[in-house]
Order: sequence, then C-alpha cells, then structure tokens
Amino acid sequence: MTIDCDVHGRVPTMEELVPHLDSYWAAYVEEAGPGVPAGIAAVYPPGAPATGSPLGGATLEELGAHLDRLGASAAILNCVFGLEGLRNLDYASALAGAVNDWLAAEWLDRDPRLRASLLVKAEDPAGAAREIERRAGDPRFVQVLLPARSERPYGDPSYLPVLQAASAAGLPVAIHFGGFTGNPPTPVGWPTYYVEEYVGMAHAFEAQLTSLVAGGALERLPDLRIVFAESGFAWLPSAMWRLDKEWRGLWREIPWVKTLPSETIRERVSVTVQPIDPPPEREQLAHVIEQIDCERMLLFSSDFPHVHAADFGEAFAGIVDADFQRAVVAENARALYGL
Amino acid sequence: MRNEIVDSDVHNTLATNDLLLPYLPERWAREVERYGLRRLDSIGFFATRPRRFAARTDAWPAGGVPGGDIDLLREQLLDRYPIAAAILNPINQTTIGAQQPLFSEALCRALNDFTLAEWIERDERLFGAICVPMADAGLAAAEARRLGSHPRMVQVLLNVRSREPLGTRRYWPLYEAAVEHGLPVAVHVGGHGGNLITGAGWPSYYFEDHAGYPQSFQSQMISLVFEGVFERYPDLKIVLQEGGFAWMAWLMWRMDSAWERFRDEVPHLERAPSEIVREHFWFTTQPIEEPQKPHQFGQMWDDLAMPDKALFASDYPHWDFDDPDRALPSALDAETKAVVLGGNARALYPKLAGARVPEGAAG
Amino acid sequence: MSASTARRYVVARIHEIPPGARKIVTVERRQIGVFNLDGEFFALRNRCPHQGAALCDGRLVPTVSASAPGDYELGGRTLLQCPWHGWEFDVRDGQSWSDPGRLRVASYKVSVERDDDGRVKGPYKAESYPVSVEDGDVVVEMG
Repeated sequence: MTIDCDVHGRVPTMEELVPHLDSYWAAYVEEAGPGVPAGIAAVYPPGAPATGSPLGGATLEELGAHLDRLGASAAILNCVFGLEGLRNLDYASALAGAVNDWLAAEWLDRDPRLRASLLVKAEDPAGAAREIERRAGDPRFVQVLLPARSERPYGDPSYLPVLQAASAAGLPVAIHFGGFTGNPPTPVGWPTYYVEEYVGMAHAFEAQLTSLVAGGALERLPDLRIVFAESGFAWLPSAMWRLDKEWRGLWREIPWVKTLPSETIRERVSVTVQPIDPPPEREQLAHVIEQIDCERMLLFSSDFPHVHAADFGEAFAGIVDADFQRAVVAENARALYGL
Repeated sequence: MRNEIVDSDVHNTLATNDLLLPYLPERWAREVERYGLRRLDSIGFFATRPRRFAARTDAWPAGGVPGGDIDLLREQLLDRYPIAAAILNPINQTTIGAQQPLFSEALCRALNDFTLAEWIERDERLFGAICVPMADAGLAAAEARRLGSHPRMVQVLLNVRSREPLGTRRYWPLYEAAVEHGLPVAVHVGGHGGNLITGAGWPSYYFEDHAGYPQSFQSQMISLVFEGVFERYPDLKIVLQEGGFAWMAWLMWRMDSAWERFRDEVPHLERAPSEIVREHFWFTTQPIEEPQKPHQFGQMWDDLAMPDKALFASDYPHWDFDDPDRALPSALDAETKAVVLGGNARALYPKLAGARVPEGAAG
Repeated sequence: MSASTARRYVVARIHEIPPGARKIVTVERRQIGVFNLDGEFFALRNRCPHQGAALCDGRLVPTVSASAPGDYELGGRTLLQCPWHGWEFDVRDGQSWSDPGRLRVASYKVSVERDDDGRVKGPYKAESYPVSVEDGDVVVEMG
C-alpha cells in the first residue's frame, strides 16, 4: 500500500481559524480583519498552472478520491501557511496552533488515512517548542513543517531549539517548497517571473542542506531526521559532490563535521520524489539514482493537487527494480514515520 | 607532447587600492584615501576563511601578495605549463565593481588601465577582461565601449552576486554594448549587490559561502534565460566562471519542465530553456567536480553534453586552484581534454588568434 | 622490503633538522621532505597525491576536534596541510585522514579501514619512506 508523503488540502480561511484561537486573538482577528498570510498566494498563486486548484489545495472529498485511486494507506498533509512572513511572533505562533487544531478537526478526524505536518513559527523558538510538545502525543502529526526559504538557514543556532524539540518528540523536520519572508527569494535579488522562483526553489534547498551540514545540528541531535519536501532530488548529487570537496579543504572551520557530508546526508536526509523533472533520456535519471546511491532516501509523493511533468511510476519504470520501488512507495516512509 | 593551454581564469591582485591612485582622477583618489571602499565584497563577512587572500600558501611572492607579482605568475603558471594565453580577471573587481556607481566607474577604469599597463602589456600571453560597475549599466556600457576594441581585452567582467538578477532589464544596456563589440560577458564568483547571499538568509561559515556559489549562478542562469535576454540579444554569450557545472544538466531539465507548464508567463521565449543554455552559455572548469566514484564524472559530463562550452581554468593563485596537468579527470578522452584546455577558448575568443606557447617554453 | 634491496641515503646531519623543522632533499630524482616531530624523523614525497602540489612546503598543523560549535580542542597528532587545497596528511605515514567520530559508515562504502581511535582512512596517501638516525646522520631508505 502506497504512502503519499506530500499532499495539499485547501488552506483554511481566517473565519475557520477563529474558533481555534484564544479569546484575545479571536477578538483581535474579528476586529482587525487580517486575511490569511500573503505568503500563501505568493508561493502558490491560485491561478498558476502548477497549483492545480483555485483553493490552493484539494477539498477533503477530492483528497479522499485521490487516495482511493492511489490505493494509499496514508498521506501527509503539508499545509503551507506563510507564517515565516509574519513579524509578530505571538500572532504567528497562535495561528500555527490554530491551523494545527483545524487540521486535526477537519481533516485528520475525518479520514483515518490522513497524517499531517505540524506547523510552527520557527522564528519563535519557545513558541515553536511549546507547540511541538503540545502535539507530540498525537501520532497523526508525523513531522514538523518549515519553509525552504527562511530568514536564516536552519543550521543557524537560532533554530536549534526548534530542531531539538522536534528531535525530542521523535519527529522529523520537513523543509518544504515555499517561504515568503520579505527577503529576496534568491541570492541575487528579486526575479521577475513566478517560473523563476518555481525553478529556483532548488537553490534554497541547497542552502538549507549546506547549513544543516555545516551548523552542527546533525551532530548535536544524533536522532534528528530531515525531509526535503517538494524539492525534487536531481540536484542532490552535484550538491553532495561540492560539499564533500569543500569539506576536505575547509573542515577546520567546522571541526564538528567529522566525516564527509555526503555520508551524513545519506544517513539523515530524505526527499520526496516530486517534482520530477524528467531528463530527455531515461538513462540520465538512472545516473542520478546511482549517484544519490541511497535507496532509503527517496519518499513517494504525488504532491496532489499540484501539477507535475511526470508521475513516479512512469518516470522510474525500467530504471529501478521492484525492491527499490517498494522502498520508495511505502517502506521508506513506514520506517521514517513509524507508520 | 602536452596540449597547449588557454587559462580562462587567472587573477592578478592588488595588495592595496593605493596602487590605483596614479590611475585615478584627483577627486576619486581623494575618496579612496579618505573614505576607502566602504561596500564589501561578500567574502568580507566570512573572516574565518582559512586562507589568506583565498590563496595557495606557496603563491606568496617576497614582499607582495598572491597574484601581485608578474614574475611569480610566470614562474608558477605561464612558464611552468604550455600556456598560449591566460585571461586575467582582476580579483579586485569583486570589490571595485560593488562600489557606488560613479566611484565604481572611476575605479574600474583605473583598474583596467592598471592591468593593461602593468600586466597585459608586459607579457604577450596575457589577455584581459573589462571590469565594469555593477550598479549602473549605462556607466558599465560606456567602459565596455571604451576598451571594447582593444586587441587584448576579450570579455566584459561582472560578478555573480548582483543587486538584481542579471537577466533583468536594468542590465540590458551593458549587453547591448558587449554585443556591439563582439565580447562575451563573463560572470565571476564574488561581489555583493547588497542581498543576503542565499535565498534562505545569511549563512555563518566560509564553508557555506564558498559551497554556496552555485546557488547564485543557478539564479543568474534562470534569470538570463527566462527574461528573454537572448531573444533580445541573439549574439550575446555568457561565460560562467568558478560556479561549478555539475548542476547545469539538472537545472536544464528543471527549466524545461517548468517552461512546459508556465509558458504563458514567458511568451517571449520561443525556444526551450535548455536550447538557450546550450547556445549561449560557456563555463570555466574550475573548481572541477570530484565525485567519490570517478566514473560518475563521466556520467555527469555526458549528461551535460556541452563539451564545446567548457573552458579550462586554473584560478591561479587561489587555494582551490586546478592544476593544468592533473585536474582534468581520466573520464575525459584525449580529444576532449585538448579542446577543453585550449580549443574551446580559441573558438570563443577570436582575439586569441595570435596567441602561441612561446618557443622553447614548457611542453 | 628486504634490507639488501634498500638503498640508503644520508640526507642531513641531525642538527640540521631540529624538532618541528624540515628539510627538502632530492634523492633519486625525487623531492622528499624530511620532518622532525619531537625527535622522531619521517620522510614524505614532496608531491600531493591529489593534484601534485609541493606537499612538503605545507604547514604543519595540529588535529582539531569539536563536538559542537564553540567547543574546540587542539589534538596531539600533527598533520601536513597541502599548500593548494589544504588537504591534510599524517606526517608519520602519509595517510590522508578523515575523523568520523562515532558515526557509522554508510553501507555503500566497499572497504573501510579504521584505526583504534575509530578514524577512517581517506582515499589518498602520500608516499612515505623509512628514516633512521645513525651516528648523527639522518638516513632515508628507498627501494
């Protein structure tokens, strides 16, 4: 039975969140009337071809039908909610809790196949740790969700309490396509077109991988597991080669990194297969798989309802054997998430 | 018989900006002396860089700095290997190009004049790149035009960490000038346009800064392609320098895949992104990728399928220098090595036509 | 290797290479760096196995370990750092060393040798030569 490690339900409205806010924030929201964070539409414009739904995600019914078609035993809801762009930490953390409660009530309680990533405001380490601890006992929350484009990369010491809380709760940290902080989305400023940001999200993932390798979190938290969600995977070999080569000459600056980065990455990092960007020749994808050299790393995802160029089955047909397929389609997720 | 080499990325270095004072107008010489260059190259924020001047420890001339002495350059590079030509990309450009527009214009002009007088004109093997201000394309275009027909200036030099992505319209006047003179535009590691150096904010370590350069190069390639720069300037050629190249194949797959879906957003693109890249982009080989399993270099090379766009570079005198004799891996056959070491550069830079390995030199 | 096939060369008098110092000599057309580490002598080929740099011109550096950022400890071993890319080699035997701590090695590695401290050998090795001291002469053995 398939486990789908990245699906998207529609985003809640503020009205739907009010019942899940405390009395101060409920009153504040009703009076001030803020909309949902702007980062949601910036990352998934409702009319963009890849978004797949004007609601930004599927309804419960549509998701249920998708899981029926897939024969999925479980699917992980990633609710991208733009909290990284909110500067009032209390507000953002309050929203995180409200969204998590809404996810539980409107999704997890209604379809037993559904699991969810836990939203937190990572720039509020104490608030984020509290939220993780609050929900740690609910096994339907299987990981902590962070956006790929953040204020600082996640190896930065300011994020350690969040990673620590996740690790202590036995939860992987999923770093997901998106992030709208108000800082330029690229190292070279603001691109003109959405397609540039869409394609360029890969470099944000590279920055996060580099930072997690360099910053010491993986050494301090030996049980911490990282998931890159909606990142694709073809970028991994070139990144691993580069990090390994750099480490050989520069390790003295980061002496807690005691071994080749690629070894650590193969032990601690997983990645969802979508988006698959099919190469012109099937053999080229086989090369990438060989270069990644880690069957355990890949997690099946549909990214439903987002639209992609190819699905896993057709892209990987003939280039991986049945054992590999089984690992990707279910076993890796089962082992990682305890499903 | 060793292949002749064109070294596409060598760095002459000024120990201090005071060396430019004789080449600057009084008003700007005073600015240098009293106020200095107050916009840092982004490398300045990573003082834990373990190599002084980012250099090989054996490249220090007596009483000077790495890249600061033409005799040591000859001894360690030009005379040691069969070099027909070496293209100087003055390393101080990474700071100078980032200064305020008028100041940068004056400094670039001085740096170009300095490099011509004190390096290029002293050795037939040396060629140069026109350093231009990053912040003002009009001023940059003027400097490109000033030296565009100089027989030894083979390209225009920009830095990768720009204020806005290089495909955006503010840079187009410079491309206009470059194309007028048939000059490729080289984009080199370094600079600081004022942005955070990753899309996820400032990292902490030089390891991250150095390993992170491909992210900037990827952003620039994406911008140049999707903005339609090459539709507007079909003769424009871009040389990516020191950005690595193992990422280019997957980025082309990703751009093509996205273009299929987002075509309506970029109706000015009439060709697939990968076609654009294959026609308009060159890259220098240093720092060359070294996979743990050497045959995977061959896979990557074949999947990239741009053997005529690879330009050998040593990056002398930097610490991540690639040795001309040893750096190209055995996965590349002899014919490929020959074109990478010299043939591709000759095809790209017509001004190299007269360049030869000197009689009786190494080789 | 048997003593009868070894060729032995006096490369220096002891006093020429005090502790911490080195001398580069040419023996059988090879450049060799002879190092004195705390009174013991070692000899390495002056050529980095990576890209051929003059390895023995590099800096001698102590090992460093850390369990996390902020906790830096200089260690007892001496490594030779290549002047070019900074890759480091144990002066005693030319072995390039990585220092993995207690992480287990991923299963794709075909063969890995560890020493008693759990360190993993890197893939590169600089050529080294036996050195002895006889009557105040430093002697390098080739062959």
